[in-house]
Amino acid sequence: MTRDITPAQTVGPFHGHALPFAGGGAPAPVGHPQTVTVHGVVQDGAGEPVPDALLEFWQAGPDGSAPAVPGSLRRDGLGFTGFARVTTGRDGHYLLRTLPPGGAPYLAVCLFARGLPHHLFTRLYFTLPGHDPLLAALPADRRLTLLAAPDPGHHRAYRFDIRLQGDRETVFLDFAEPPSRHGSRHEATPGDA
Amino acid sequence: MASESVREQTGRTAPGPRRGAHDRADGTPAAPADPGTPPYAGDPLRRPRRPLVPVAPGPEAVELTGPVFGPADVDPLDADLTRQHTGDPLGERIAVAGRIVDRRGRPVRGQLVELWQANAAGRYANRLDQRSTPLDPNFTGAGRCLTDDDGRYRFTTIRPGAYPWPGRHNVWRPAHLHFSLFGTAFTQRLVTQMYFPGDPLLPYDSIWRSAGDAARDRLVAAFDPGLSVSGSALGYRWDVVLDGPAATWAEEGR
Repeated sequence: MTRDITPAQTVGPFHGHALPFAGGGAPAPVGHPQTVTVHGVVQDGAGEPVPDALLEFWQAGPDGSAPAVPGSLRRDGLGFTGFARVTTGRDGHYLLRTLPPGGAPYLAVCLFARGLPHHLFTRLYFTLPGHDPLLAALPADRRLTLLAAPDPGHHRAYRFDIRLQGDRETVFLDFAEPPSRHGSRHEATPGDA
Repeated sequence: MASESVREQTGRTAPGPRRGAHDRADGTPAAPADPGTPPYAGDPLRRPRRPLVPVAPGPEAVELTGPVFGPADVDPLDADLTRQHTGDPLGERIAVAGRIVDRRGRPVRGQLVELWQANAAGRYANRLDQRSTPLDPNFTGAGRCLTDDDGRYRFTTIRPGAYPWPGRHNVWRPAHLHFSLFGTAFTQRLVTQMYFPGDPLLPYDSIWRSAGDAARDRLVAAFDPGLSVSGSALGYRWDVVLDGPAATWAEEGR
């Protein structure tokens, strides 16, 4: 017997004084030599930046296992908790300093913003592994929306843009057990701002 | 009067909410037949056009785990939003408490619950909220706590005011608390809103209605005298059920 889940509601525009925390975008231990920088913009269907997005990242550590240590909200600069939270700026840009994951080479991403009735899940891959059920099921052009590109202008840096709509709309994921139960979120009627 | 205001908001001539026959004992209108307010579909330029890609995460998927929080992350005082400044905030004190469980009914233990809200006058202490409604220097409206071993959380705060939807003509949001919750899997992540029983604005609220006719009542708290604090705060109970992929449900010992 399963219980009926509590439905999601939009994060709205007024989360900036509550959800961000100091060091949220810098889970890498201070001065760690393996630190990578990941950055990019979140864009809407008109190509305009989304200035109020909240991005969360969850990942394995370099040893391939998921960290099980607290302290994300009060970072000590020494350990690695695997969790990050950043907001986009007025130009839609975000920046994350983290450690590269071992094992499956991706970060799990959760995106919130005003105008999204339900948050969106995606993945950021540093490389495209040969055997990945998700990637294997995607057409090549869609697969590439999940790949962070090395940023040649900067040291150990990657670029990862998230496009909510358009020709290169990012692949967003549904982890729910079928049959899906999130009601109208895929069938929402257009026209309501 | 009600149907007049609906017509102004939506340009439609649908009737206002029917009252009486469908109202629940606590006064909350239960599933009004046609409140004339279409459910919120989101910003048309932000909502993805392509269907979500279903993923059945294998045992190696990092999404089947999630961040761990502990006493290092949250100060016990973070759960009392009335004690974050030197003075007392204005408004009606409330205690909001409940239990977080997964779909199997198992408690979500030791996980982070975050709350944010407008003040008693309906304004957020946020630079994006530039309405002339007064700010309260003694109220920030942001709190955190961890669930206990039984999945329970509790906040002390102020009942927020209703407020007009920025940029729309006479469209008001009902009083609500924003909640952010974590389960033991990243896929259980939930951000949602809690509403108050008996609020006459609910049937008009397109965001509340966007949860769907069957599910939206789960977002309305219950007045619970047992949670009230004598001489201090009225109690409301709101329980949450987090989603999760099938693979996480088979795990034991959580």
